[in-house]
Amino acid sequence: MTEYNFAYLDEQTKRMIRRAILKGLAIPGYQVPFASREMPMPYGWGTGGVQVSAAVLTPKDTFKVIDQGADDTTNAVSIRTFFQRTAGVATTTATSDATVIQTRHRIPEEPLHEGQILVYQVPIPEPLRFLEPRESETRKMHSLEEYGLMHVKLYEDISRHGHIATSYAYPVKVEGRYVMDPSPIPKFDNPKLGDMAAIQLFGAGREQRIYALPPYTQVVSLDFEDHPFEASKADHPCGMCGATDSYLDELIIDDLGGRMFVCSDTDYCEARQAAGHKGKDAA
Amino acid sequence: MTPLLSVQGITKRYGAHIGCADVSFNLYPGEVMGIVGESGSGKSTLLNCMAGHLTPDAGQVVFDTRTDGPRDTITMSEPERRMLGRTDWAFVHQHARDGLRMGVSAGGNVGERLMAVGERHYGDIRDKATDWLGRVEIDASRVDDRPTTFSGGMQQRLQIARNLVTGPRLVFMDEPTGGLDVSVQARLLDLLRGLVRDMGLSAIIVTHDLAVVRLLADRLMVMKSGRVIEAGLTDQVLDDPQHAYSQLLVSSVLQV
Amino acid sequence: MIELKDVSKTFTLHNQGSAVIEVISDVSFAVAPGECVALTGASGAGKSTLMRMIYGNYLTQAGEIRIGGLDIVRSEPRDIIKLRRDVLGYVSQFLRVVPRVPTLDVVAEPLRALGVPADEAQDRASALLTQLNIPERLWSLSPTTFSGGEQQRVNIARGFAHSYPAMLLDEPTASLDAANREVVLSLIEDAKARGAAIIGIFHDEAARTRVCDREIDVGRFTPGIAA
Repeated sequence: MTEYNFAYLDEQTKRMIRRAILKGLAIPGYQVPFASREMPMPYGWGTGGVQVSAAVLTPKDTFKVIDQGADDTTNAVSIRTFFQRTAGVATTTATSDATVIQTRHRIPEEPLHEGQILVYQVPIPEPLRFLEPRESETRKMHSLEEYGLMHVKLYEDISRHGHIATSYAYPVKVEGRYVMDPSPIPKFDNPKLGDMAAIQLFGAGREQRIYALPPYTQVVSLDFEDHPFEASKADHPCGMCGATDSYLDELIIDDLGGRMFVCSDTDYCEARQAAGHKGKDAA
Repeated sequence: MTPLLSVQGITKRYGAHIGCADVSFNLYPGEVMGIVGESGSGKSTLLNCMAGHLTPDAGQVVFDTRTDGPRDTITMSEPERRMLGRTDWAFVHQHARDGLRMGVSAGGNVGERLMAVGERHYGDIRDKATDWLGRVEIDASRVDDRPTTFSGGMQQRLQIARNLVTGPRLVFMDEPTGGLDVSVQARLLDLLRGLVRDMGLSAIIVTHDLAVVRLLADRLMVMKSGRVIEAGLTDQVLDDPQHAYSQLLVSSVLQV
Repeated sequence: MIELKDVSKTFTLHNQGSAVIEVISDVSFAVAPGECVALTGASGAGKSTLMRMIYGNYLTQAGEIRIGGLDIVRSEPRDIIKLRRDVLGYVSQFLRVVPRVPTLDVVAEPLRALGVPADEAQDRASALLTQLNIPERLWSLSPTTFSGGEQQRVNIARGFAHSYPAMLLDEPTASLDAANREVVLSLIEDAKARGAAIIGIFHDEAARTRVCDREIDVGRFTPGIAA
């Protein structure tokens, strides 16, 4: 315990990251460059999110980590244990008990409340990247609000698939200004981004970018008038808890084509089961 | 009559070397002007200075904007200039690859400028894109194909459609027929002539091909070593050149 | 309608020892509406050169050339272009067109440039092509592939598509058979009748006698020949 500074990073680094976070909160949706550090885990495992979490954690915080909604994957367990050991903070799997939640690819089903911080792990922060590879040009496009290209991507989707096939990392416009990549959350979660009571922070370690949404920010998913945005999910109830309003994972359960759908948010599912809700596949 | 574009004293230096020096002219609505000269004569530098791709060291490029009348585009803010570049101005590159998004379908390429100016109805955008493919003689069935599957001539026509879809008033063209087969060139020239006439476009065409300017341009400027050495009616400059260099240039061509 | 005053022209050949060739000096004459004037003179006397000067194709060094009030010697290119579109027609000896453009469109183009609707312009073009005996099956083809005589007739049709108040005709009946020659001469007579001022070069003496009201011998303006 004593061999690490609180939450692993040194105080100077945390201050530098906090400045980036504050700037991000001041300019919602704007990608703030920061001097990302080497972390004791590979890129792609949430180095950006971990650095943001390290910068915002205090000894009194209760920490939760989810990976695709689950508290019990290798990635989630590793990061939770990391901060247990380096910061000694309390940890939880209960969404409502947590004060800081680091997430990969999901927003919890249970609405977050004021005082909570949601930290996203972001692989590629630049929503325009795939259409315009030049960073100099995408920065200019952001600064001049030239976002026609973003709709070209959606146009291509419709022309190829008949509908907007982008189902995750679905681009949004923040407070009518910056177009932002919400990290690879399913578009089902997009409506939760806007008007959220909690602070949302996005950290991209390899790309060295931090961006943020302060509480109650207006976030609009991009779309066309004749192809409006739709927050879609599998059209089934959860096999375990029977929920019809949650995002579902499809599980293959045998080699005969058997499958079931269960909540991707394990905490939500377990809480419902504990309250007596039962799905058709529940034991 | 107010000129659509009034260029005054444009000078661009590259260190000690002169890109172009003290170029002035007025371009009126509906006029097509050719700029000819050998490689390194400064014609592309001039074009890029006028189109806002290069900042000249001196001079003005005054454009008669729709909303505010004549404005110097060199001193206007970058967002305003880029907005002009998406609306009232068009730029046709010599290499279609420089002017197209090769990873985006033909329809998306044409639709981009529409979306850039705020169109948000997929059906309308697609209809307009398809209409423009037709106007540049690309079959509507190719609307979802990427330009990588198009021939050179088709790519160039697609680039033109992409540029003209927002109804610009001024088109800058840099060697628009360069690198194309002669037969493809002819088709493109005919197309451009029709579009210029039907849309009332003004255009500035940089080329070293005298046959191209004879067919497309009303007026001609001959450049050498960064300076305009002769200007006038296209057929007059080509048939009765006054300057020694123009005479050499014209006599060097087999038959135009 | 067409008025020349003290017009002179020199060619300076910079690439041949800056030789200065005086081709025409001090030409003055005028052509009234409804009048047809023939330029005559030996080959090399400068008939075509003078005609090209009047069209603005060759630069005039001195004097005035007024067409419908516009002095083309001192006009901006755009004014000359407008003049050529609205007022001044020119039938040259050679057809210069974009390859692959159908004959019908080639002939209709002067009208399209004036803003005449496409179908109306094509109707007029069809009528002229019919009159000049260009078979309808050729109308959709480019005239670049036609014989010399056919090209000449397409050129004439194009030149007469719009009713220009002033016209320049450079050998309009050359290489035409009797029937088509007759058609062209009647087109010229019609143009005169509606008040066009015409300057022409005709080697065909009979044609010249028939349509021209007077002759101007360009040879007397040519330095060296006149001397």
